[in-house]
Amino acid sequence: MSETILEVKNIRKEFPGVVALNNVSFKIKRGEVHALVGENGAGKSTLMKLLSGVYTPTSGEIIYEGKKVEFNDPKDAQAKGISIIHQEFSLIPHLNGIENIFLGRELKKWSTVLDKRLMKSKAINLLDQLNAKIDPTQLVSRLSVANQQFIEIAKAISIETKVLIFDEPTASLTGKDIDKLFELIARLKAQGVTIIYISHHLDEISQICDSLTCLRDGEWIDTKKVSEVTKQDIIKMMVGREVINAFPEKLKVQNSEENRLLNVKKLSNNHIKNISFHLNKGEILGIAGVVGAGRTETVRALIGADPTKEKEVYINDKRASINSPTQALEHGISLIPESRKTQGLVLGMTVAKNITLPNLKVLQNKMRLIDRKKELVIVNNSIKDLRIKTPSANQQVKFLSGGNQQKVVLAKWLNTDCKVLIFDEPTRGIDIGAKEEIYKIMRDLTKKGISIIMISSELPEILGMSDRVLVMYKGEIKAELAGEEATQEKVMYYATGGVDNE
Amino acid sequence: MNNLADNQARPKSSAMSLKFKNLFKNPEMFTLIGFIILMAIMSFGSDQFLTASNLTNVLRQVSIVGILAVGMTFVILIGGIDLSVGSVMALTGTMMAGMMINFSLPPILAILIGIAIGVLIGYITGSLVAYARIPAIIVTLAMMEIARGAGLLYTGGYPLSGLPGNFSVIGRGYVFGIIPVPVLIMAVVFLIAYIILNHLPFGRYIYAIGGNEEAVRLSGVKVKKYKIMVYVISGITASISGMILVSRLMSGQPNAGEGYELSAIAAVVLGGTSIAGGRGHIGGTLLGALLMGVLSNGLNLMGVSSYVQMVLTGIIIIGAIYFSSKKTVD
Repeated sequence: MSETILEVKNIRKEFPGVVALNNVSFKIKRGEVHALVGENGAGKSTLMKLLSGVYTPTSGEIIYEGKKVEFNDPKDAQAKGISIIHQEFSLIPHLNGIENIFLGRELKKWSTVLDKRLMKSKAINLLDQLNAKIDPTQLVSRLSVANQQFIEIAKAISIETKVLIFDEPTASLTGKDIDKLFELIARLKAQGVTIIYISHHLDEISQICDSLTCLRDGEWIDTKKVSEVTKQDIIKMMVGREVINAFPEKLKVQNSEENRLLNVKKLSNNHIKNISFHLNKGEILGIAGVVGAGRTETVRALIGADPTKEKEVYINDKRASINSPTQALEHGISLIPESRKTQGLVLGMTVAKNITLPNLKVLQNKMRLIDRKKELVIVNNSIKDLRIKTPSANQQVKFLSGGNQQKVVLAKWLNTDCKVLIFDEPTRGIDIGAKEEIYKIMRDLTKKGISIIMISSELPEILGMSDRVLVMYKGEIKAELAGEEATQEKVMYYATGGVDNE
Repeated sequence: MNNLADNQARPKSSAMSLKFKNLFKNPEMFTLIGFIILMAIMSFGSDQFLTASNLTNVLRQVSIVGILAVGMTFVILIGGIDLSVGSVMALTGTMMAGMMINFSLPPILAILIGIAIGVLIGYITGSLVAYARIPAIIVTLAMMEIARGAGLLYTGGYPLSGLPGNFSVIGRGYVFGIIPVPVLIMAVVFLIAYIILNHLPFGRYIYAIGGNEEAVRLSGVKVKKYKIMVYVISGITASISGMILVSRLMSGQPNAGEGYELSAIAAVVLGGTSIAGGRGHIGGTLLGALLMGVLSNGLNLMGVSSYVQMVLTGIIIIGAIYFSSKKTVD
């Protein structure tokens, strides 16, 4: 048994119009936790898809267990012991845990009838191995995101797995669940499983990884032992420059009646109770809370995307009726949703067509036709202003990286006459460089008098960007903290259900 | 800053080559190639095929399904389906005939009433799909039954005849002595559809809704309104087809148009429009309709039985979709 379990040699992968990976070579040692870092669009996910058989490389070799391998499809890779836990899980929501774990490899009696009892006991065994207390007979759709992930992992290790790839596993998890995941990774490692770990969170990497490989713009930058590098080193490798201050300086925003833009009262529906808050002109209002606290539900109710039982919205002290996103847009309120791909963009359409979608009316000429030239001017300006990396305005957005997709969503609204922009997890799954750019854009917008509501699960982001912070817990606002009052401890205290009677 | 320079340096050449590549990625290209091959085969198979009078004839035969297919393109682009068009065509046609025969209304008024009924049916269908959120296939299946039943009820199950003689101009007349009126109508309908789909915000919304409805809704676009409008358009094209058919037959046939919805869907799909919505071209639909027309005309001339023709049509649909989906998969 050699020390190296997996090696890539001169890997190159091209997509139409883009070279995603170019001449990437490195080795992964048996039994280590190997981090893969890099900005969005650096090629991490593409590389992992090559290793797990989703794509085949344009050129180059994958050497696994000392032999050159070619995977035709994910099943092929799995059979040889390489599995991947995708960022978006590949579970079937209407099936239960057992059925998902054994999907496609069902155990049978007399090779015809499903052996449900055996599968159940095996599933329970697997979950015990993972130290996860989950009822595998529950429908997957009823499980929490964290538990869904455990089912996904159980599915992966139900086949003999030698290499397990995690793609941003903590993106949708919170505190305790992350700890549980780390314990699990440690246990898998102890069992001799090699783990490849993709993450944007450098803390996590120093906590659980042994070595790391950094990619940038599709090229291999370096492979190092984690113990030999500092966070600053890693960031330097990723962005190719030093990060001095991630958050732009805050402005002084008056929190007073005169400066009020938006007043929301008694917002209620099935998910949220009696939500009241206000927003000042040029302010960034952060909404903190754990996943499921009702933050997204609050803003969706505000813009009329979901029905409400009760709702009063005042804009500049005038009652506004907002019962649909269309009416919200008319009042200058726009949402940049949490999930770009499913809610923010039409992936199959071009950058240009996505950007002008909310704003086609202003592009109509006298004949009511869309003025393509004018459209192109507007779109190219947005591409320049926001520094969207795309070969052209006519590129389909599905080929853009996460950060650039987010900028496209942003460009959509910046071309409308908006007064309030709501960002739901603005930097989720986005690399550090693009994050900084987004922060800067947000702050610049407030300078122009635009007010921002920002939902975020990342505490540094909440604290670094917000002028005021609302903390939600179980569908209610538990605290409102002005800039200097807001500390990591306080926000966490309220976000985890602490009450106001110290 | 580097990237910025990059961005500006690259576009011209890569955009050009991209366009060229995309041209061959378009599923319509396959329809076009298939169409040309088919034309060639038919010209060898029958010496009557490649004559002006026969080709004009093909165009006229294609016009009714072609117009239905225009409405169907809109519906399929938003990710829907409309199974009711054949029945709606029969109902609106018999209503037009009835208005002229029983109430002696002038043809233009009768036509407008017929189209209004098409609009109404489309509006009801669209509302049920958009507001009641019933799947389009169910709503339009039901509407297919309702419209067929209503047409039979209205006529008592018998064809209505005794139409004013000048009404025949729509189905049988010629413009400039060579272009059949139905072909002209079809051309106008396609042209309007082309403008809507490619140059109006409405058209943009149709593609976008088919691509990702939720994203479009959150963009402040009135998705429900546009969905309804799409079914209304399908109702209008169905009633225009109904008008042409009645005029051509000079009678209102309550049983007309059975199975036409499937021919229209076939034309759309052959033309490269994705049945899942969001992707496709109106030009492809025209090609799809022409391809089916040429096929049936050519085989007729060669004396192939209509039963064999049906089998062949089915095989061609599957073959065409197989090849185009294989090519466009990534």
